[in-house]
Amino acid sequence: MRNYWTIVTRELKSYFSSPVAYVVIGLFLLISGVFYYLIVTNFVQVCMRADMQAQMYRMAPPKLNINMMAIRPLFHNMSLFALFFLPLVTMRLYADEKRSGTIELLLTSPVSNLQHLAGKFTAAAVLYLLMLIFSFVYMILLYIFGSPETGPILTGYLGLYLLGLSYLSFGLFFSTLTDNQLIAAIATMVFILFFWAIGWLSGSVSPALGQALEQFSLIEHFDDFSKGIFDTQHVIFYLSFVVMGLFLSFISIESARWRGR
Amino acid sequence: MIDVRQVTRYFGRVKAVDQVSFQVEKGEILGFLGPNAAGKTTTMRILTTFLPATKGTATVAGYDVHLKSMEVRKRIGYMPENPPLYTEMRVRDFIDFVASIKGVDPRDRKRAVAETMDKTGVAHVSNRVIKTLSKGYKQRVGLAQALVHNPDVLILDEPTVGLDPKQIIEVRELIKSLGGNHTIILSTHILPEVSMTCERVVIINAGRVVAEDKPENLTRHLTASQRISVAVKGPKQDVQSKLSALSSVSQVIPSQSGDDASVHRFLLESLAENEIRPQVARAVIENGWDLFEMKPEGLSLEDVFLHLTTKEEGTEL
Ligand SMILES: Nc1ncnc2c1ncn2[C@@H]1O[C@H](COP(=O)(O)OP(=O)(O)O)[C@@H](O)[C@H]1O
Ligand SMILES: [Mg+2]
Repeated sequence: MRNYWTIVTRELKSYFSSPVAYVVIGLFLLISGVFYYLIVTNFVQVCMRADMQAQMYRMAPPKLNINMMAIRPLFHNMSLFALFFLPLVTMRLYADEKRSGTIELLLTSPVSNLQHLAGKFTAAAVLYLLMLIFSFVYMILLYIFGSPETGPILTGYLGLYLLGLSYLSFGLFFSTLTDNQLIAAIATMVFILFFWAIGWLSGSVSPALGQALEQFSLIEHFDDFSKGIFDTQHVIFYLSFVVMGLFLSFISIESARWRGR
Repeated sequence: MIDVRQVTRYFGRVKAVDQVSFQVEKGEILGFLGPNAAGKTTTMRILTTFLPATKGTATVAGYDVHLKSMEVRKRIGYMPENPPLYTEMRVRDFIDFVASIKGVDPRDRKRAVAETMDKTGVAHVSNRVIKTLSKGYKQRVGLAQALVHNPDVLILDEPTVGLDPKQIIEVRELIKSLGGNHTIILSTHILPEVSMTCERVVIINAGRVVAEDKPENLTRHLTASQRISVAVKGPKQDVQSKLSALSSVSQVIPSQSGDDASVHRFLLESLAENEIRPQVARAVIENGWDLFEMKPEGLSLEDVFLHLTTKEEGTEL
């Protein structure tokens, strides 16, 4: 257990002693911020127009739902940005150790493969948690100007976090396969995009197959979270995805010994 | 302390290590000498549990490297060819991290880290970020990470490669000072390095152990330019002394005789590049003995030596 925490700490320090963490968090917040601004200003305009129409026709102004009209699209945008930024968080975890040779230190120390694997994953998960916590500022601003429901915001964040953990676990896996960080990142993005888009195919295949495909689509399971619905079925889906990624990483590290790394 | 038995390792079809066996006693410094691609690194990686062997077994401090790898890892310090350094860390933090994953007791850690930095001469750069250090200092930090948990066994893969002559001498002195307290295996492709630092040498070529000896003896093999074996029928003492007296023969070593007890075999070495065979033949005839056989002897070592680096720029032999 001590080994695990030692690895977590070292990885976190390493994130913050290189530009990676700052760039990834900064860009994620910046791009989310831009879309936040666009979505919110658009929502305000829609509200004003609705108000004006209501005054013109002397009706009560309609109650427009900020959760459905602004926060939900924002969550969907953020889930897409995470797809592009999180592979940058995981790409170095093993690939860089292989490139620099520190893998020889790690794998000849009395630390089990499970310990360093879990440690590295945890460090990435903590970094992602920080990203989401910072982005929460945007939500707080909404409370100042409007009155959003808190429930959907919380489930939205939970969904976003679980979705991101799935990205991270497969990012970790691809990082074990190569000593080239860029290849690890690109492979991760392509893989995730595939599991994102798999649901879109459902329209063009037989209904039975389509339903099955939707079951595997990473983003289908996110929709309920963004609507404020908490369903353990989706939680289980994401956790299975995470476990799968970690399991494959474990197998990959073990088998690399026999192949000769 | 270290026992390697019939270890073989394939990479796909390539046989990188071929039935290698050797032992290292406690406190001994063993040189592992061989040209590039001989299989030195692969053997060391097997001993450090980084790679499994395809066949054969190895034990370190009594623990099997495959079956009890965690026990082995606690007892070895390993410096790979490229020192494994997290270059974005500070020297002290890095050594402390290594101490922690090597299982040094948290209460002893601070002291262990400080002592190791003193021993390896990096104490005065302890707050520097590793990537800003010179090659020589990085090498020392590499040694420090191998030493911090005071392991029984040290495995050093070409520890002086890429250093300048002054740094090489310093690193060798450091390694010599570690012998006795630690059992050390040190690989190198530089012949003079083993005579300077090691008590015993295992020579490996194309994955096989081709010789095992004391460094002094190896140097003799090297300076002998020709070795022949002769089988002579005659009085043994007499033959030996007469052959030794020949001007171009530097050494006569009796070797085991064949079935006929009166036929004696000798291994002759010449110092210079002289061709000694005519002289030997003449001596045998002139003394009235019978020459049964004369042939150039086991030059496989020389083939190996041809590919070794035998001279160093700037350092004393
Ligand atoms: N990971 C690997 N994959 C494939 N071949 C390898 C690997 N490591 C070493 N080899 C091969 O094994 C042989 C021995 O290599 P090595 O042990 O590195 O030799 P040395 O350290 O003596 O230079 C070489 O032919 C090398 O190409
Ligand atoms: Mg090597």
